Amino acid sequence: MAAIIRVENLSKRYRLGVINRRMLYEDLQSRWARWRGQPDPNARIGERAATAHGELWALKDINFEVHQGEVLGVIGHNGSGKSTLLKILSQITAPTTGRALIKGNVASLLEVGTGFHPELTGRDNVFLNGVILGMRREDVARNFDEIVAFSGVESFIDTPVKRYSSGMRVRLAFAVAAHLDPEILIIDEVLAVGDQSFQQKCLGKISEVARGGRTVLFVSHNAAAVENLCSRGIVLEHGQMIFSGTQTEAIQFYSKREDRIEIADLAERKDRSGTGEVRVTGMHFRDAKGEALSTAFAGQMLEIHIDFKNLSGQSFPNLVATLHVRTHFDAPVFVQQNRLTGDSFGALPEHGTLVCRLPRLPLPASVYRLGITLTSESRGGKVLDSLRHATDLPVETGDFFGTGNLPAVQSGVCLVDAEWRLESETAVARAGLS
Amino acid sequence: MAEPAELTAEDLSEWSTVITPARGWFDLRLAQVWEYRDLIYLFFRRDFVASYKQTILGPFWFFAQPVMTTLVFWVIFGRIGKIVTKGVPQFLFFMAGIILWNFFSSCLIRTATTFTANSGLFGKVYFPRLTVPLSVVLTNLATFGFQFVMFLAFFAVAWWLGVPVHPNWRLIILPVLLLEMAALAIGVGCIVAALTVRYRDFAVIIQFGVQLWMYASCVVFPLALIEPKTRIWFILNPMVPIIESFRYAFIGYGVIQLWELVLSMGITLVLFFGGIVMFSRVERTHLDSI
Repeated sequence: MAAIIRVENLSKRYRLGVINRRMLYEDLQSRWARWRGQPDPNARIGERAATAHGELWALKDINFEVHQGEVLGVIGHNGSGKSTLLKILSQITAPTTGRALIKGNVASLLEVGTGFHPELTGRDNVFLNGVILGMRREDVARNFDEIVAFSGVESFIDTPVKRYSSGMRVRLAFAVAAHLDPEILIIDEVLAVGDQSFQQKCLGKISEVARGGRTVLFVSHNAAAVENLCSRGIVLEHGQMIFSGTQTEAIQFYSKREDRIEIADLAERKDRSGTGEVRVTGMHFRDAKGEALSTAFAGQMLEIHIDFKNLSGQSFPNLVATLHVRTHFDAPVFVQQNRLTGDSFGALPEHGTLVCRLPRLPLPASVYRLGITLTSESRGGKVLDSLRHATDLPVETGDFFGTGNLPAVQSGVCLVDAEWRLESETAVARAGLS
Repeated sequence: MAEPAELTAEDLSEWSTVITPARGWFDLRLAQVWEYRDLIYLFFRRDFVASYKQTILGPFWFFAQPVMTTLVFWVIFGRIGKIVTKGVPQFLFFMAGIILWNFFSSCLIRTATTFTANSGLFGKVYFPRLTVPLSVVLTNLATFGFQFVMFLAFFAVAWWLGVPVHPNWRLIILPVLLLEMAALAIGVGCIVAALTVRYRDFAVIIQFGVQLWMYASCVVFPLALIEPKTRIWFILNPMVPIIESFRYAFIGYGVIQLWELVLSMGITLVLFFGGIVMFSRVERTHLDSI
């Protein structure tokens, strides 16, 4: 089969903080000097080293081909270069070196509802959005009734979009995108918006497009979606393509790779957000006897200890600690928060440890990602410190139900306690009589 | 880093899109702009429909703004400043200059801010970026249309009252004057837009630069007041021959020469193509330097 997209030695460099370093005057001075063959008066000593330091290769030497009718999944965590790759293939930005060759017309959906204008009616926005995405006006007109029917906002189609609910807006926007009918479709994170049923509808539409023989490039954090939709996968890390193969192989490779991420000293981590007035400096696990654990067992009593340092000198009496537990595919499993349980910490000392006690760990064996967010309720929920992937929690098979039995690992992401009984007809009847 | 082999002509015909780091200086892809003509129209419609929504007086502002400005200019420059308009009725003199300048300056400023005002949209989807300035011209052309009709109404009243105005055959160049103003606004606007991507200073410069430019463009005084010695410096400003020719055609009195108008067209053409070349140089990389 012939390649429909060919990417050859594609690289993209961003210069960090160099662009606006200079004034126009200095630039002209440098040009003038260069033109006369004199040394640049504005060059810094050791300029080469300095610029090399201020560069970021968002993509480096990427090579791959996509064939007619393939659905290629692009996997990688934030900052791996996925979005840059899609932006280059969508011609939003130019590569620094290398090239990409494409056969056929491309529609790229990097966002749902690009270019929607709140003052215009739904009808006007359907036309505007469709044409922005590359349709001709008559194409939109031909598909108009279908688009409106698909969106389910028929009765509001002549109302300005500013009066729509956000759900209606997204449905209308996706309806336009669903009728693009390109030869090549590029999709990024579109599924991150909307509710569950909307996401299902999107996925359904994408697989329909793929089955119709169209070529699709699909970027998502959602490993399950990649696995279901794609026929091949590539994995990006720090701008380099580190794996290429079938979608299942790619996901396996990616999740193994993820698990190996070293959790550095939490206090030193840079991938955090928040004001920094309070900082999480460590997280560790203890069992009922207070002994440190590196691995937890399903069903056991687990205490998660969160060490913090309070650098602000304030006491934050209304501190809210939120613990996010996700699978290693980054899908949420549960959230625990001291506001949910009604516990409060009182005045915060200069340093200390917040403890979250889970009486019976309801997780089947796997590795989970823990995220921690500290917010101050008295400051309107301002985030003091937040780490999305603070540490990993490895869980081994344990006797959750006290019976020695456990469900198969793939059958669910959590364990739920219950009681079963039989109520026979006679028993019910007897209960009714008495 | 390894570079891929050169593409042969055969390869180029096989692939419909070739994405490479740099394009030639004159690879402007204007055919693609034509393919996106529907988008130009829809941007125009969006801006036109949205601009006066949620205002109480709506389209009234199309007329109010130039009339009020004309009155102020008339009082300040005509009555207090005693600028002699050489036989031309002052009110019409100022109004003609103001509606032309409004059209030009609004096209210019909105073209110059193309990249900064649309970075959200440009970051999500590709289309030829030149569609934005072109739709801006259409939008302003529509506004100008209303204001021009208003000007004609004032003009007709003045004529009927016996004010000495002599509309003449030169009126046939009006479309050419409009086209020239549009080309000049796009040219200069694109140059500023391209420079703004690298040097944010230009975003500030353009705002007051346009105001200063107005005072050098015979909007508030006639070219006839200028000494012959300094006249050439005014002629080098393409807006001077345009505004002067417009007044000449309606009022039948002016000092502008044909060669001066032709020279301004030459300057406009150079700025227009220079602007488009610079614009298409940065349109593919402007997002990297935000």
